[in-house]
Amino acid sequence: MRADRLVLGAFVALLLLVPAILSPYYVTLLNYIGLYAMVALGLVLLTGVGGLTSFGQAAFVGLGAYTTAALTTATDLPGWLAWAGASPWLTLLVGLLLTAAVAVLIGSLTLKLSGHFLPLGTIAWGISLYFLFGTMESLGGHTGISGIPAIALFGWTLDEGGEIYYLIWAFLLVAMLTTHNLLDSREGRAIRALKGGRVMAEAMGVDTSRSRMVIFVIAALLACASGWLYAHMQRFVNPTPFGVHIGIEYLFMAVVGGAGYVWGAIVGAGVITVLKQWLQNWLPSLLGATGNFETIVFGLLMVLVLHRAREGLWPILRKLVPVRTVRRTLDADAEPLPRRTLPKAGELILEAKEVTRRFGGLVANNNMSLEVRAGEILALIGPNGAGKSTMFNQISGVDTPTSGEVLFLGKPVAGHDSREIARMGMSRTFQHVKLLPTMSVLENVAIGAHLRSNKGVLSSAWRLDRAEEARILKEAARQIERVGLAEHMYEEAGSLALGQQRILEIARALCADPCLLLLDEPAAGLRFKEKEALGELLKKLRAEGMATLIVEHDMDFVMSLVDRVVVMEFGQKIAEGLPDEIQQNPAVLEAYLGGVE
Amino acid sequence: MDMAIALILSQDGITNGAIYALLALALVLVFAVTRVIFIQQGEFVAYGALTLAMMQSGVLPATVWLLVAMGALVTVLDGGLALKAGQGRRAAGVAGWNLGYPLALAAVVGGLAVDALPLALQVLLTLAIVVPMGPMMYRLMYQPIASAPVLVLLIVSVALHIAMVGLGLLFFGAEGQRTPAFSEFSLELGPLMVSAQTLWVVAVSVLLIVALYQFFGRTLYGKALRATAINRVGAQLMGISPTLAGKLTFFLAAFIGALSGVLIAPITTIYYDTGFLIGLKGFVAAIIGGLASYPLAAAGALAVGLLEAFASFWASAYKEVIVFTLIIPVLLWRSLTSHHVEEEE
Amino acid sequence: MTQQKQDSAAASNAGAKNPVLEVRDLCVSYGKVEALTDASLTVGEGQIVTVIGPNGAGKTTMLSAIMGVLGSRGQVAFDGRVEGVPEVERMVARGMTLVPEKRELFGEMSVEDNLVLGAFQRYRMGKRDHAQTLEEVYALFPRLKERRDQAAGTMSGGERQMLAVGRALMAKPKLLMLDEPSLGLAPLIVREIFRIIGELRRRGVSILLVEQNARAALQVADYAYVLETGQIAMQGPAHELADDPRVIEAYLGLGGKHQAMLST
Repeated sequence: MRADRLVLGAFVALLLLVPAILSPYYVTLLNYIGLYAMVALGLVLLTGVGGLTSFGQAAFVGLGAYTTAALTTATDLPGWLAWAGASPWLTLLVGLLLTAAVAVLIGSLTLKLSGHFLPLGTIAWGISLYFLFGTMESLGGHTGISGIPAIALFGWTLDEGGEIYYLIWAFLLVAMLTTHNLLDSREGRAIRALKGGRVMAEAMGVDTSRSRMVIFVIAALLACASGWLYAHMQRFVNPTPFGVHIGIEYLFMAVVGGAGYVWGAIVGAGVITVLKQWLQNWLPSLLGATGNFETIVFGLLMVLVLHRAREGLWPILRKLVPVRTVRRTLDADAEPLPRRTLPKAGELILEAKEVTRRFGGLVANNNMSLEVRAGEILALIGPNGAGKSTMFNQISGVDTPTSGEVLFLGKPVAGHDSREIARMGMSRTFQHVKLLPTMSVLENVAIGAHLRSNKGVLSSAWRLDRAEEARILKEAARQIERVGLAEHMYEEAGSLALGQQRILEIARALCADPCLLLLDEPAAGLRFKEKEALGELLKKLRAEGMATLIVEHDMDFVMSLVDRVVVMEFGQKIAEGLPDEIQQNPAVLEAYLGGVE
Repeated sequence: MDMAIALILSQDGITNGAIYALLALALVLVFAVTRVIFIQQGEFVAYGALTLAMMQSGVLPATVWLLVAMGALVTVLDGGLALKAGQGRRAAGVAGWNLGYPLALAAVVGGLAVDALPLALQVLLTLAIVVPMGPMMYRLMYQPIASAPVLVLLIVSVALHIAMVGLGLLFFGAEGQRTPAFSEFSLELGPLMVSAQTLWVVAVSVLLIVALYQFFGRTLYGKALRATAINRVGAQLMGISPTLAGKLTFFLAAFIGALSGVLIAPITTIYYDTGFLIGLKGFVAAIIGGLASYPLAAAGALAVGLLEAFASFWASAYKEVIVFTLIIPVLLWRSLTSHHVEEEE
Repeated sequence: MTQQKQDSAAASNAGAKNPVLEVRDLCVSYGKVEALTDASLTVGEGQIVTVIGPNGAGKTTMLSAIMGVLGSRGQVAFDGRVEGVPEVERMVARGMTLVPEKRELFGEMSVEDNLVLGAFQRYRMGKRDHAQTLEEVYALFPRLKERRDQAAGTMSGGERQMLAVGRALMAKPKLLMLDEPSLGLAPLIVREIFRIIGELRRRGVSILLVEQNARAALQVADYAYVLETGQIAMQGPAHELADDPRVIEAYLGLGGKHQAMLST
């Protein structure tokens, strides 16, 4: 049996035994830890993995708690809603639906917020919802709602702490399992790319706005479920536990435990809850006053964690447990992913027609024309500041020309977003490498196959995607072998040398099965042998009919590889031709060495 | 609503708006120079108000011990570094400012019968206690992670806010405080009685804004801060160190915060945790200015003050909901109009 | 590579009297990649020394490391004192300034404010002579005086470069480091910039000039280093290198073998 299964089994067995061994005080404490961990788990997904910081999760907990409290205690529900008050299980359903609706509404407003505006927005709606709970008469105002019934399960009424304990931890473990599954899938890779890799993910065809919404809704649903359990455990709700300060505490739990890790949620909830309990007993007597002084310690602890261990406690703890992440096994028999039919050699793939791009008074590209055909490598070169990057952006659709147009397979690139362009068969690498440094090389490359597969969130969460996942990984592995990174397949991408990271980007681009490859300085940082190998690969792809456009500074590399060269200076084309011609061209010499007179 | 009520509400709105404007300016400044979102600004307001209140009731303000503690930490860190580098004189200087000054201040405040002092002196002592916490906080909490992503800095701010509220409860207790007005007269303008404190608030705010304007427009240090905000790399190449800029900014922000607290203490009852909501309203205003434009932030602050005043008349229970929900459309407008390619860490 | 190293050790900037800057075996790494390997160079008092080389050779990296903007290994001795690890503020205080490739002006501030800020470190140290320095800079760049109240961000590329140089001169540097001062400028303005560089030398400022525009740089400089893939590949008096065909090779990649030797 694998070591990780053993540890997990021991953990679950221990959990099962708790109510029998420990006193009710500890059972209650564990109940709270379970409830908090569920919210923190949502934050792991949202903040730690997805990079979206929320201080407002407590409001979603409140939504779940108040929905069930209001429906199960109401005596005069309107007819169309009367069915819902019959059982807490029905109110859970209503609560989840309501929360999803509210999350979609709030999400569609606030997820558009960029950078630090988003967390500020979450404080805003967190406070607003809290004040709403407190002021609405129908929700009992600040006194709250009491007399909430206990949950019954197959005739077993869970009205004791030791009983609902099982329900809470069952919910939590299921939530952790599904989150874990989700993260280890096609959708999961898209989610993990949100933090620091959105531009890259979009270029690989990932709809990152949708992925952001998905994790926002999942986090809200986890919070709602926690609120539902809380209401039926306490049998009473008031607004206090749903304020923005509690929302901040949830975020602390995730960050202290390890916001990037599923298990960090439990660790963080455990540490903060136990510490809070302990400090609440101990601090007032020490300080000789009553009050919530634990916040002082929490605040400073949080700063300390961010100064000293920004990854949280879980990575430190994990070293103590003899569990290593299991290496993915590749299924050699998996069916290959479908491929597109490549255009015939010599067919026109990309055409830039008199492209001009102005930024205010500055003309970055002036009347640039170029074309790339299937089975050809074209190099775009020029001194620093010549406008190559701007041209690259016009071609890849990141930017739109002021005048002129870029046609890809006869269709204009302008007006399409990166995703559509990727779908049409254009695939690119980046001048400043964009990859996910903590993900393995294999997973990074697998993102390239996003558009060649289609399993969604639910299939991923419940492992119905394994056949397709095997096909994706097999394809990714094939491309990795092809570019010569096979021995690094399971290493973290961030641990590769810069040159190898550039090669990884090429493998990722190839994984998308493109017909046009755009390479931005692929040879930078490569050693001589690696450059040779890269040159061989590009030649092989050319023979297969791939069209390649390459921006490069390394002249040796360019001149020995490409079919034709376009030279830019001051935003204009100053020469075009075969490598030998370009090397003799006086205008090019002038551009590179500079003129004086 | 008749004219008289509208006038009274406007007066409230403008008074509060002036304070929000000061806070908003400080927030914009801190963010522009250090990228720190200064959530704990509100706590400086509360600390300022309550330190003054404690002095007036003849008690030694506990904030002075916080200052001593922070100063001691800075002394250990910076003094240690200086000693290691063999710069004995610099170490002595560090200790003098960060340990000697707080202790001397504690001796003065503890030794004098502060409740008998004239108000102006009490205010000065209050500022002398609270304001140096700003640069010390920068040194201890932000300088070690000055190049961290904005989000990390934001979480640190939130954590410090939480800690400062807890400390506030410890120092000042759960009871609210209100200090006596600076002066007793009031001005009759038609149907409206304008209280002296309103005039004080508005006058001091305007004066402070003018002074800041002069500082940033005319002095080299003010220009250096602006330069840092505009181009951090360029400023560093001129020898303007991010640490110096950070400490100076936090000094100004703490000064504005504490002074605002002193100004509103006679108008509103201040509790240990009141600062958060006040600071957050300054925040709404700062965000209206996109955390970048001072005039827009000031205009936004007046708008928030007026909205709050009128909302409390029409739907007083929902006034906070109204003010904070206002942030979302503003944020949305801001993040849609600011075109920066998004690649947050 | 060993051959190469011996070359650079044998030849040296012998004309340099009283070196202002002496760099020994400077290395800079980004992650696992070494962007600069064992670079050594000397700038003598009153000299113009240029570092030329193709795009991406590591020229900017080298200047940043000397200035302390980037971390590095190796030894930097400036004005007779060895720096452990250079630190920007201290280097500025000791008389080194860098005009970066991106100029890094304060776009929303006036030309005059930009200039005055150049004297910030002197002002902080108690040397409050910036009004006089300002007049000297204005005398060198009359154009800046005309535009003293204009926002820096609204000026043309050439004017911005002049402002960037003027701002650096406000610190009264012993060593002025210029990173690609001709980048993106029209030929006429490039000539003007180089005229000013020559004028500065006459005033006794030592200059370390990094340029892609090799011909112009070699014409104005006393001594030159050619940087290729992070290493000093060649050096010599500027007028000698100006005629060396290997310089052209380095730029246009005609000598495949030569490069292969460097990069393996």
